[in-house]
Amino acid sequence: MSNVNNPSTNRAMSWFKFSSPSTFYPLAGKMIPWFWALTIIFGVAGLWVSFFVAPVDAVQGQGYRIIFVHVPASWMSMFIYLVMAAWAGLGLIFNTRLSAMMAQALAPIGAWMAFLSLWTGAFWGKPMWGAWWVWDARLTSELILLFLYLGFIALQASIDNVRRADKAGAILALVGVVNVPIIYFSVKWWNTLHQGASVSLTKAPAMAQTMLWGMLLMALCFWMYSIAVGLMRVRAIILEREAHTDWVKQLNEVKR
Amino acid sequence: MNAFITIVHRDLLLVMRRKSEVLTALFFFVIVTSLFPLGIGADTALLRKIAPGVIWVAALLSTLLGLQRMFAADYADGTLEQLVLSPNSFTVSVFGKVLAHWLVCGLPLVLLSPVIGLQFDLDAQSLKVLMVTLLLGTPVLSLVGSIGAALTLGVRGGSVLMSLLILPLYIPVLIFGAGAVYASSVGLDITGHFSLLGALLILALAFIPWVSAIAVKIAIE
Repeated sequence: MSNVNNPSTNRAMSWFKFSSPSTFYPLAGKMIPWFWALTIIFGVAGLWVSFFVAPVDAVQGQGYRIIFVHVPASWMSMFIYLVMAAWAGLGLIFNTRLSAMMAQALAPIGAWMAFLSLWTGAFWGKPMWGAWWVWDARLTSELILLFLYLGFIALQASIDNVRRADKAGAILALVGVVNVPIIYFSVKWWNTLHQGASVSLTKAPAMAQTMLWGMLLMALCFWMYSIAVGLMRVRAIILEREAHTDWVKQLNEVKR
Repeated sequence: MNAFITIVHRDLLLVMRRKSEVLTALFFFVIVTSLFPLGIGADTALLRKIAPGVIWVAALLSTLLGLQRMFAADYADGTLEQLVLSPNSFTVSVFGKVLAHWLVCGLPLVLLSPVIGLQFDLDAQSLKVLMVTLLLGTPVLSLVGSIGAALTLGVRGGSVLMSLLILPLYIPVLIFGAGAVYASSVGLDITGHFSLLGALLILALAFIPWVSAIAVKIAIE
């Protein structure tokens, strides 16, 4: 009786096992091709739906199709910030090395998504609003989100002591998460105060079913892409930080 | 409580012994606000319109100038370490340092602002609103700034990095502070702005000393 393990504790053990960099590194290596495959499948399907199946918009013409890239990028930029802050918080509370590495790996991807969202938004805005940039609440808060990402990356990069960099970054990310809704609402009220853009995204006509499908498929594609790139980045960070350990020195890709 | 008063008293005393640092930040405020009419032109209607924004942005920047000093000297000579080790709550000590910073860098801005406002041809009502918004807003600037000051302790290029971290977090204060002055100048209701600034101040008072204390401890470890 005594040597029979309780299955539930067994499962819990196997989950915690992967919170160690040495066990997570090969697991991540195995997962990366799958997430790339999903990225390509969702991407091809999403692009096909958005370019060939979705009808031309009655008001906006062909130009509206940029939203199939723009909206998923905006969603991911916000979602990644939450995930990053959650990992950073876990790292701060439980002092796990891998959580902080995850947060560090996600930050550039989120910043890139925020940039992509602003960039494609400008391309969408020029033909639709007649301006590359308007001080709309969403645009402004997306820009501020990009600044928050850049602040996190800059803070982590400029502290030499890795443990301190992780903790300081975690504090900043958590303070940022509390501030994101405050910033969003303040910018929104500021915008209504100043009589900003007359065209609003929320007043857009109801979307055709196929357009929604295209957008969802592209969002899944962006999601899988973020996971794939995040895992690749975290593997690189693990190698960098654990370079002194034996298990890294015994890896085939390191020995060569 | 005793420790709190001691910390505030000590920081104020240190500032009085080296007045130049504080006066630099105040002169910066005066000079920056005076540059705008020179750059934009002396059209009083335009100046009146941009005054709230210009004065508030200048206030944000001059608060930043003084922030680096909040912990840096005490970090360098080990005083912060002693404060962490002392039996008194470190959060209270941090709060004392923030209050000292506000008394030195925030309160003078509030007192100076009517003079600057006169340069921009603001009327008496707008000047009053400007002072009240600064009185509510500058403590939030000192509090939020203390997080940045703590996180960048002893870091290369700390002061530039701190402005990158802190300025995005200042945006809500800027919006409601400058917004209230603008709204009062065009005759809109401003109680909402004051309530929101007050809410930000209460939230910041409740949580930020604690967060900054954790951030300082991380830097010291």
